[in-house]
Amino acid sequence: MLKIKNLHVKLEEEDKAILKGVDLTVEAGSVHAIMGPNGSGKSTLSYVLAGKGGYEVTDGSAELEGVDLLEMEPEARAAAGLFLAFQYPVEIPGVGNMTFLRTAVNAQRKARGEDELSAGEFLKLIREKAKALNIDAEMMKRPVNVGFSGGEKKRNEILQMAMLEPKMCILDETDSGLDVDAMKLVAEGVNALRAAGRSFLVITHYQRLLDHIKPDFVHIMADGRIVKSGGPELALEVEQNGYADILAEVA
Amino acid sequence: MAQVQVRSDALDARLAGFDLPKGGFSGAARQAALLRLNKMGLPGRRDEYWRYTDPKLLNSDTPLASTALRVEAPIFTGKDKLRLVFVDGVFDAEASDAAALSGVEITRLAQADAQDIHWAGAVYGVLEQAGQSAVPRPFAALNTAAAKDGLLIRVTGRVSKPLHISYRQKSNSSDAMLHHCIKVEEGADLTLLETGIAGARSNIVMEVDVAKGGKLHHIRPQGRSHGKQLITHIFARLAEDALFKSFTLSMNGILTRNEAVIEFTGDDAVAHVAGAAVGDGDFHHDDTVFITHDAERCESRQVFKKVLKNGAVGVFQGKILVKPGAQKTDGYQISQSLLLDEDSQFLAKPELEIYADDVVCSHGSTSGAIDEGALFYLLSRGVTIRDAESLLVLAFLAEAIAEIEDAALAEDIRARMEDWLHRHESPKG
Repeated sequence: MLKIKNLHVKLEEEDKAILKGVDLTVEAGSVHAIMGPNGSGKSTLSYVLAGKGGYEVTDGSAELEGVDLLEMEPEARAAAGLFLAFQYPVEIPGVGNMTFLRTAVNAQRKARGEDELSAGEFLKLIREKAKALNIDAEMMKRPVNVGFSGGEKKRNEILQMAMLEPKMCILDETDSGLDVDAMKLVAEGVNALRAAGRSFLVITHYQRLLDHIKPDFVHIMADGRIVKSGGPELALEVEQNGYADILAEVA
Repeated sequence: MAQVQVRSDALDARLAGFDLPKGGFSGAARQAALLRLNKMGLPGRRDEYWRYTDPKLLNSDTPLASTALRVEAPIFTGKDKLRLVFVDGVFDAEASDAAALSGVEITRLAQADAQDIHWAGAVYGVLEQAGQSAVPRPFAALNTAAAKDGLLIRVTGRVSKPLHISYRQKSNSSDAMLHHCIKVEEGADLTLLETGIAGARSNIVMEVDVAKGGKLHHIRPQGRSHGKQLITHIFARLAEDALFKSFTLSMNGILTRNEAVIEFTGDDAVAHVAGAAVGDGDFHHDDTVFITHDAERCESRQVFKKVLKNGAVGVFQGKILVKPGAQKTDGYQISQSLLLDEDSQFLAKPELEIYADDVVCSHGSTSGAIDEGALFYLLSRGVTIRDAESLLVLAFLAEAIAEIEDAALAEDIRARMEDWLHRHESPKG
């Protein structure tokens, strides 16, 4: 599904390397988790994959189903099936949540050569998905993320994911700012989307989220590289001993 | 003295082409306006309120030729309305609906002098003159003196459908001058739509007198042509509990100046003036607003938004004057521009002058580019760059459009704006 090879990235505006040779392969239908201390490059990796500006790829490659991601515009990556759930979802005053989602869904369908959804079809679909995430009609009418609580913002991200049905979902610290109940709700939303043709890359600091979204593989990232990979037990090890032991061990 | 002489010569030249109407109900007002005009002369760049806008095209004795575009589809088609048509600044009875509607009396200015229209004598040139006290507005005085056509509208009840003044331009060199007087009687209520381009150059004055508890909603999409030269003035006076809301949509045009001069004379009245302007290239758009609070507990709002690209220039000069004793005034003013490139300019001069101690007045003015974070968020969901930019520009304009109370009319304005954006989107789309 996603194949990242020797990815090197620096900030465009200053000569500062952030990713220093990331190698990662995510197979179709699997859930991978990336953990790591602050500043290890986890969020940068998610932004670079989604196509955010301000970064320069100096070496390496990233492919989605064999197609070079790094050459594509952000909107084309989305249409190709990539989705990033933001750590800090952006507030957009003046743009209705519903209008935004309908525009996005139909733009992707159009880019893939599929028929656009009619207003009625869209409404039916979104009502059903919103209900499962406990998102009421009032929230859908409001401007995108404006005045949403932390939990509402994250649920809104998962709703977008459910509506867009991407192949490759990247969740960037989706657990940050969530209380236990909200995290459960978000995790249930994610689990409902788990399918044979859909992969997940879950970026998190804590093992907690991984109790709810059970990963097949766990990777530890430090200083711009993946330094250790293993099964779910690796997350438990981090939870018990912190990162210091693992980092010392691979150093 | 040399300056004064030059001004007076220019004014003589400007007036030479007019066959000034005399006599009738407006005769005295016209004479007085001419005297006012002679005193103030035509404006120049040194005048405080013309520093950002060159009045040259308005001062010249003939308009610049401007092609009359017939590209715009009619707007507000979903609404039943009474339509009154002006072609190149002259009323066209053939094209208009019969001016018969319950709750409103309509007389053509060109025919009013033959009749005895008592109420209009107390409005025509009177509100304009009152609006000259702090800041000279020579083109309004010129209009009072010389306008031959326009409408005198007296609203006596709750009018069941909007009145629609529809301007059409046929000649490339028409120099339209129109003067409307609107008197909203106690408790009466009207929605007034004003659409299209009156002439290659247009000078339109609207005097609005709203009596106790009266309401006037005014929505004005000004029509799209690149060469139009336009100056408008609204002079509004609000009595107790009166309401006046005016929204203007401007698209393109080498020179547009919309002035609004509003005075609260009765307590608890509400006045909102809002504008959305979009310009690409050779575009100069000026909103000049002056609101005087001379009564208690009145609410005024100014919401002006401009989207500018390819060297377009936007100007905002907005003032709130709170007179002594105008306690509990609630004044709000916001002017913002969205600069889509680095060639465009926004010049803003917000002013507050407050002589009462128990008031709430706030103002703000900003200039900025499209928010990169919001843009990336939309793109990351697969929204195309064209749609993303258009969504964000419309979002920027939304606060101004929200000033239109009628949802259907607001939607028509929004759709027209969206059309414009799609025609003017950046080549990278």
